Amino acid sequence: MRRSRWRLPLRFGVLGYLTLLVILPVSTVFYRAFQHGLGAAWDAITSTDALHALVLTLLVAGIAVPLNTVFGVGVSLILARHRFPGAWLLDALVDIPLAISPVVIGLALILVYGRTGWFGGWLTSHHITVIYAVPAIVMASAAVSLPYVVREVLPVLQEIGTEQEQAARTLGAGPLTVFRRITLPNIRRGLAYGVTLTTARVLGEFGAVAIVSGAVAGKTETLTLFISDSIDSLDTQSAYVGAVALCLAALIVLTLLTVTDRKRDDWHKGVVA
Amino acid sequence: MSIRVTSISKRFGDAVALDDVSLAVESGSLTALLGPSGGGKSTLLRIIAGLDTPDSGTVRIEGEDLTDAPARQRGVGFCFQHYAPFRHLTVRRNVAFGLEIRHRPKAEVKARVDELLELVGLAHLAERYPSQLSGGQRQRMALARALAIEPKVLLLDEPFGALDAQVRTQLRRWLRELHDTLHVTTVLVTHDQEEAMEVADRLAIINHGRLEQVGTPADMYDHPANEFVMTFLGPATRLHGEWVRPHDLVVHRVADGKPAVAAVEGTVSRVTHLGFEVKVDVALAGDDECWVQLSRGTASELGLEAGQRVWVARAESAAASRTPMLSA
Repeated sequence: MRRSRWRLPLRFGVLGYLTLLVILPVSTVFYRAFQHGLGAAWDAITSTDALHALVLTLLVAGIAVPLNTVFGVGVSLILARHRFPGAWLLDALVDIPLAISPVVIGLALILVYGRTGWFGGWLTSHHITVIYAVPAIVMASAAVSLPYVVREVLPVLQEIGTEQEQAARTLGAGPLTVFRRITLPNIRRGLAYGVTLTTARVLGEFGAVAIVSGAVAGKTETLTLFISDSIDSLDTQSAYVGAVALCLAALIVLTLLTVTDRKRDDWHKGVVA
Repeated sequence: MSIRVTSISKRFGDAVALDDVSLAVESGSLTALLGPSGGGKSTLLRIIAGLDTPDSGTVRIEGEDLTDAPARQRGVGFCFQHYAPFRHLTVRRNVAFGLEIRHRPKAEVKARVDELLELVGLAHLAERYPSQLSGGQRQRMALARALAIEPKVLLLDEPFGALDAQVRTQLRRWLRELHDTLHVTTVLVTHDQEEAMEVADRLAIINHGRLEQVGTPADMYDHPANEFVMTFLGPATRLHGEWVRPHDLVVHRVADGKPAVAAVEGTVSRVTHLGFEVKVDVALAGDDECWVQLSRGTASELGLEAGQRVWVARAESAAASRTPMLSA
């Protein structure tokens, strides 16, 4: 049979591709991080700069991800539930961060919020530092991860339609109740996936953050910048350990997603059946 | 009057969905809004429910002007053509929804939901999810969900439209029995005249956004107000430019002599046997034609076959139901 003849080569092909591109390089990083023993790895990650980078990365994700979650759900609801002139423009605008390079986004932020930028004078006179500080890192991270929640949630909203929400309204539900008890449970899966992608993107963002943060070790250095900095200063142990920390953070997010997704999943199974 | 809509108009862009429609629905009745697809009947139902807003006109339910009230404050039960089940909730939680958001005591909710599930025959499926139900079961769940809030009126938008023929027939008989038990004022939208006539006490025929006629099924069948109602409510054919029900016509063989009543001569062009009923097409003078519905017995008595010369006339008993307005 044709299928059985191709099955093995196909499997090995896919596995080989994954091995060459992902499994092998990532395992090498893990191997290198721990090749001088756990103690050396521990020392590297608990150095002041590394710890600061880790905390800063988590802080930025802790602000940017909720922001984009709320914004993403809001934009999705507007695009899916309302007809208005210029909807296509909003739809297209959301995708811009996907289309243009993060470096350009970083540069654009400097042009607007930098000392000599549009809002620079106002910000300076009010003693607000944006560029080369945490606010700019958050803004850059939020900007590059803007589309993910919208792109996951919008199709789900369009697919489920408005009838369930209308039914809830006739049964006496106000707008908040409708959202909480009908809309949210229906988009839960897409939303969880969108949030995961957003988090992964924020944790891993390099280009935009590198431009706007100034990458001052111990001050405005996120994990990705710390890794890059460590490589530049030939501190490979720190670079590998930083990379491992980044991988673990991503792994934790993925695991959380899988766990929440498994819960209360009967009705999805029913849909498939 | 339980529902009274007055001078309702609604446009969607350039399309007129409803044009100055006024309608009163009696308390405890089951009224069908009947008409072809796209005629505006679903829009009228949605306006009564508060799911659409009219451009002008008023909606009153039990005397209260609710034209500007949001759907959630109208106390209407609404069933959608595709049931709109809450997919993430079990049958029990679907039915309980309206009570849960009103924060009724748990014991009361459970008792009421059990009672409703029993009523619609879904007690054994209470813990299933909607995706595990058949179409008919989903519709009954939606009905129980709508009834849970003890609505003042029950609005059903093409409730059987998405079901196959057999389930549809069962369910509409069931709905009629349910209505006779509960006496909730009910308005049902359908494009199926047979369904409307079987289920409803009263029909309101809506076409091109206008209310054509309101009345009991039998009355409207016999005394249609215009050509549209005549042709929409049942079989119709034309004799001498006048609309008539084909079962109100009789056929005489020319060989038997001209009948006493005013009759038209023609030639049988085709005889179709449809079980009990026999359909006879007759070509009349001047390219005109009509068809006559006969019982099998009458047809075989006459021994009709294509090519035969016949007289076609209105049956004596049908004269009463003649509608003078129906010149074409």
